Amino acid sequence: MIRVELVKRPQHSNFYMLMSPFIAFGLTLVFGALIFLALGKNPFTGLYFYFIDPLSQVWSLHELAIKAGPLIMIAAGLCVCYRSNNWNIGAEGQFIVGAIFGSMIPILMPGFQTVLTLPLMLIMAMVGGALYAGIPALLKARYNANEILTSLMLVYVAQLLLDWLVRGVWRDPQGFAFPGSVRFPPAATLPEMIPSQGDAHYGFLLALIAAVAVWFFLAKTLKGFEVSVLGLSPRAGKFAGFSASAMVFFSFMLSGALAGLAGISEVSGAIGQLREVISPGYGFAAIIVAFLGRLNPLGTIAAGLLLALTYLGGEAAQISLGISDKVVRVFQGMLLFFVLGCDTLVHYKIRIVSRSAEGSAT
Amino acid sequence: MAGNDGVPMLEVRHIVKSFGPLKANDNVSLSVGSGEIHSLLGENGAGKSTLVKMLYGSLQPDTGEILWRGKPVSITSPSMARQTGIGMVFQHFSLFDSLSVADNILLSLEESFATSDVAEKARQLSIDYGLPLNPHSIVGDLSVGERQRVEIVRCLLQNPDLIILDEPTSVLTPQEAENLFETLERLRSEGRSILYISHRLEEVKRMCDRATILRHGKVVGECDPAEETAESLASLMVGTNVNKANRRTAGEIGEPLLEITGANLPAGSPFAIALKNVNLTVRGGEVVGIAGVAGNGQSEFFRLVSGEDVIADAEAIKIRSSSSGSSGINDRRRLGAAFVPEERLGHGAIPDLSLSENLLLSRHGSDNAAFLRMGKLGLIRTDIMLDATARICENMDVRKTGEDPDASSLSGGNLQKFIMGRELDRQPSLLIVNQPTWGVDAGAAARIRQAMMDLAQAGSAVLVISQDLDEIFEISDRITVMHDGELSEPIPIEDATYEKIGLLMGGANPGHVLPEVEEHVPGDNASGGADK
Amino acid sequence: MMDMWQNIILTIATAATPLLIAALGELVVERSGVLNLGVEGMMIMGAVTGFAVALATGNPWLGMIGAVIVGSLFSLLFGFLVLSIATNQVATGLSLTLLGLGLSGMIGEEFVGEPGVKLSNIEIPGLVDIPLVGRLLFGQDPIFYISIALVFGVMWFLFRTRTGLTLRSVGDNHDSAHALGIPVLRYRYFAIMFGGACAGLAGAHLTLVYTPQWIENMTSGRGWIALALVVFASWRPLRLLAGAYLFGAVSIGQLHAQALGLGIPSQFLSSLPYLATIVVLVIISTNRRLTLMNTPACLGKPFVPAR
Repeated sequence: MIRVELVKRPQHSNFYMLMSPFIAFGLTLVFGALIFLALGKNPFTGLYFYFIDPLSQVWSLHELAIKAGPLIMIAAGLCVCYRSNNWNIGAEGQFIVGAIFGSMIPILMPGFQTVLTLPLMLIMAMVGGALYAGIPALLKARYNANEILTSLMLVYVAQLLLDWLVRGVWRDPQGFAFPGSVRFPPAATLPEMIPSQGDAHYGFLLALIAAVAVWFFLAKTLKGFEVSVLGLSPRAGKFAGFSASAMVFFSFMLSGALAGLAGISEVSGAIGQLREVISPGYGFAAIIVAFLGRLNPLGTIAAGLLLALTYLGGEAAQISLGISDKVVRVFQGMLLFFVLGCDTLVHYKIRIVSRSAEGSAT
Repeated sequence: MAGNDGVPMLEVRHIVKSFGPLKANDNVSLSVGSGEIHSLLGENGAGKSTLVKMLYGSLQPDTGEILWRGKPVSITSPSMARQTGIGMVFQHFSLFDSLSVADNILLSLEESFATSDVAEKARQLSIDYGLPLNPHSIVGDLSVGERQRVEIVRCLLQNPDLIILDEPTSVLTPQEAENLFETLERLRSEGRSILYISHRLEEVKRMCDRATILRHGKVVGECDPAEETAESLASLMVGTNVNKANRRTAGEIGEPLLEITGANLPAGSPFAIALKNVNLTVRGGEVVGIAGVAGNGQSEFFRLVSGEDVIADAEAIKIRSSSSGSSGINDRRRLGAAFVPEERLGHGAIPDLSLSENLLLSRHGSDNAAFLRMGKLGLIRTDIMLDATARICENMDVRKTGEDPDASSLSGGNLQKFIMGRELDRQPSLLIVNQPTWGVDAGAAARIRQAMMDLAQAGSAVLVISQDLDEIFEISDRITVMHDGELSEPIPIEDATYEKIGLLMGGANPGHVLPEVEEHVPGDNASGGADK
Repeated sequence: MMDMWQNIILTIATAATPLLIAALGELVVERSGVLNLGVEGMMIMGAVTGFAVALATGNPWLGMIGAVIVGSLFSLLFGFLVLSIATNQVATGLSLTLLGLGLSGMIGEEFVGEPGVKLSNIEIPGLVDIPLVGRLLFGQDPIFYISIALVFGVMWFLFRTRTGLTLRSVGDNHDSAHALGIPVLRYRYFAIMFGGACAGLAGAHLTLVYTPQWIENMTSGRGWIALALVVFASWRPLRLLAGAYLFGAVSIGQLHAQALGLGIPSQFLSSLPYLATIVVLVIISTNRRLTLMNTPACLGKPFVPAR
C-alpha cells in the first residue's frame, strides 16, 4: 500500500508558487495526449492543432484576444473574491445581466447615438453586474446563506431571463422570428483595435487595464491587504478591525461589475446584438483562469490567453482532425484539477511512503 | 523505585525520533515501575509530547525500543496502546463537542465493548472515582473541568495499567486539581502506574515518586522530586537559573485608563459564555490580573474590551475617559489601547503572512500616518514596515531565519515576543493581554512578563488575562477572577492567596473564605485520598 | 380525477428521486466533514455511463450498476486531491463538476438523439391497484425503491451503528478522532466514494427512468439543488426525504403550469426551482444558531495529520 504524506514547509516556497501552473499545464499536455490516443488520433498532431496552430496566423491571434478578453476581465474580479474567501461562482450570470443592462441603451433608446452611448453602456453593464452579484452577497452577509449555491442558482435565472427577453419583449421585429435583439448601431459598438488585421475589439484592452488595476489594488493598497487578511483568517481580520460582511459586498460587487463589463464587451464588441446565448461558459472558465493565474490578476492575463487558446484549438482540431470540440472542456477541467494539486507544493512537501515500512494506522 | 518485583511496567530504551533536521527525541530512556507516579518534566518543545505520542502509538520511533513488563513491544496505533494497557488523558482534549458523553466514551473503546452498557458503566465508574458525570449530556455544554472528567473516565473504562496524563492541571482550579490528585493516588494504590507530564513543579514535588527531565529532546536528569527544590527542578528543566521577573517598586498609581461599568455581552454562539454586569477599573501604573479556568468567558471578555465585539452602550467601556463601548477596535487603538489575543496563529497573527505584514495587521489604523501614504488610496509603505519589523525583533530578541519570514516559521515563544513587541513598540497607555505566555518557553515567558511590568512602571495600565496562577501572582498588583461570565471584586496582591483565588475560580461566593485552607506550597501531605 | 392526482404524485416522486439519492450521498460525505461540490459532475457522469452501458448491453440494470461504479471512481479523483493532497475543497469540488460536464459531453456526443433503454417498473400485483397510493408505493421503478431504502439505511447507519458514530465523530473533530487512532482519511475516502456512488445512481435515474435519452448538461443544476437540500435538511435523512419531495413538487408544479398555459412566460416558471432553492436556503440559514449547531464542525476544513 502506498500513501501520500504531506510535510508542512516552514516557509512557503516561492519556486513552486511560480512553477505550479507550468507543472499543471505540463501534466495537462501529457493527459491530453493520452485522450487523443484514446480517440485514435496522433497525440502530437492533436496538441499541435490545440496549442500551436492558432498562434500561427494574425487573424487567429485576434480571435485569441476576443476570447481572452472576457476571461481575463472576469478572472481578475474573481481573484478578489476567492482571495477574500467569498465563493462567487455565478460570474456567468453576472456576465449575462451586465450584458442585459448595457444593452438597454441601444435596444430601448435606439435614437440615442452619441459619443456618450458606449461609455454609458459600459457603466450600466458594470452597475447591472454589481447589483446582480449583490444579491448573493446580501443573502450571505445578512442571512448567512451559502453564497456558492445562491450565486450558482442565479446563473440559471439569468440565462432564463435573457432567453425570455430576446424571444419576447426585446426581440427584433424585423428578425424573422429568430430570437435576438436589434443589431447595435456603430455608436453602441465597441470598435476594433486594428480593423485592417482582424476583429479584436477594445474589450481586450479593457481587460488588460482591469487586470493591472486589480493587481495594483491587491498588492499595494491597504484595502487589498484587507482582502488577503479576511481570506486567510476571518478572526485575525476582526482583530485588525476589518469587516467581513463589508468585504462580502465589496468582493462580490467588484467581481460582478467586471463580469458585467465583460458581458457588454462581448455583446457590443464581438456579437453586435443580444442573443439567447452570449457566452460559451466564460463565467465558469474564468474560475479556472483565476486559479491557474494563482489568484494573481497579472497571472490571469497569461492564464486567460492559455484558456482562450484551448477554445480556438478546440475549433481548429475539430475542423482539421474531426476531434469533438467537447474535448475542450475536458482540457479545461483537467487544467484546474492539476493546478489545484500542484498548489499544494507551495505549502507542503509531498512524500510517497509505502505503508508497510511504517505501519501506522492512518 | 516504587515497583514491586524489579521489572518495570514500562521501559523506554534509547528512543530517537527526528522531524527533518530537528531531533525531537534524542536517545531518550526512562522506566516506570508498577504503582509509581512518574513525572516527565520539561519545557515547551523539550520533546515530552513526542515521546508520549510514541507511547500511545500515534507516532513511531525512528530507532530504540519500548518494553512492556519486560518484553519488547511495537505500539503501532492508539488502539494497540489501549489493548496493551496504556491509557491517555490528553492536554488538548480529544473530545467531540456535538456528541454525548456516552458516545464520546464509546469512541475510544474497542469494538468488542458492548455498546448498550457504556452509559451505565461510565456513570458507575464516574461515581466510584468521585468524578460524577451524566452520560447523556452533550460534551459541548460541559465546563472544562467536566470535560477532563470525561477524558479520565473514558481512560479508566479501558482498565489501563499505565495512565498518561498530559498537563492535566493546567485547566483546573486549585481545588479541582486537589480532587484529581486524590483520584491519582487512589489509582496508584490499585497498583496502576501513572506517567505525569507537567511543568508545574510544586505539584510534581508533591505527587510524584520519580521524575525524568527532558531538555531539547535529551534526558538531562532523573531524580526523586521530593528531595529537590522547585528551583533546582526548574534549573534542570531550563538549563540555566530562571529569574523571576523583578517586582518593581510600588510606583505611582495614576488616572483610571480603563473603566468598565456594568457591561453585558450576550453569548454569540451555542457553546459561548454570556458576560454579565462586568465592572473593572485599571489605572495607570498598575498590572491587574484576571485569573480563571479556561472557558469562563475570558475570550468573550477580550472581545468586549478590544472592540472586536462592540456593544450599544458606549458608556459601559471608557478608555482614557472616552466612551468606547460602541467603537471598533481601531478607534480604541487610536485612544492608546493595544491588544494581544490568546491565539497566536490565526488571531494575533496570520501564519502565511510575513512578519512585516503581520505588523500592519494590528497597526494600520493607529499608525496609518507611518505605514500608509496617499490618504484614502492607502498605499502601503513596505520600507517603513520592514524597518519597524527589524526594530521590534531586535528589541524583543526575536529569533528568525531571513529578514522577513512567514509568521508560521517562528517558534511559539518567538512569535509571541514579536506580537508583544509589535504592541509595545507603540508605547500604548493601555495594554490588554490574553494568556501572555501560553505554550511559550521559560526564557521568552520571563522576557514577556518583564516587558509588561516595565510598561506599567512607565505609567501605562496593563490588564492580563491568564490561566496560569503563578504568572498572575508574579506580576499583578490586583487580582480578579472570571467565572461563568462574571468578574469578581479585585483583591490587592497583599491580600490574595492561592486558596482565595482558587475558590473564586471554582465559583465560590466572593464574600466568604473557607477556614481550613492548607498552605499552598504543600510538602508531602498527601491528603489521604487513597483510602477514601 | 383520482387518476390525475395519482399521476401527479407519481411524477413528483420521479422528479424527487434523483435529488433525494444525490443529496443522501452528499449528506454522508458532509457528515464526515468533507464538502464535495462535485455532485453535479458525478451525477452527469453517472447519467452518461448509465445510458451508454444500457445501450451497449441492452440491459438497463447493468447501466445502473455501471453508473454507480463510475460515480464512485470519479469521486475518488476529488478524494485523492482533497484528502491526500489537502487541496481546497470548494475549488476542487468545482473542478470535479467542470470536468464531469466536459467528459460526459465528450463521451455522450455519439449518443445524442439515440433512443435509450428504460428501466421497467416493478409492480406488485394486487397492491398496485390500491387507489391513490397503489402505484406510488407498489408500482414504481427500482431506483425509487432504492432511494427509500437508502433513506432508512443511512439513518440506521449514521445513528445506530458504531461505524456511523465514528464517521460523525470524524466530521465533528478530526483532530480528536486522529488522537484516538481513528483513521480519519480512510473514513472520508469511503464517505466520498459512497457520495459518488449515490450521485452516479441519481444520474442513472435521469437517463434510465426520467427521460431515457442523452442530452448534454441534462442534470441542469440538480446536483447543486441536492447540495442545497442537504443544508435545508440540516444534515438529517428524514428531513431530506421531505425536502426532496417538496422540490419535486415545485418542479412538477411549474411544468404543469407551463402545460396549462396560464399566460406566464415559461422562462419564469422554469426558474422557479432555482428561486425556490435560494428562498429555502435563506430561510434555513437565517437561524444562525441552529445552523451552527447542526453543521458538522469540520465541514470543508482540510485535515493534514499532525506528526
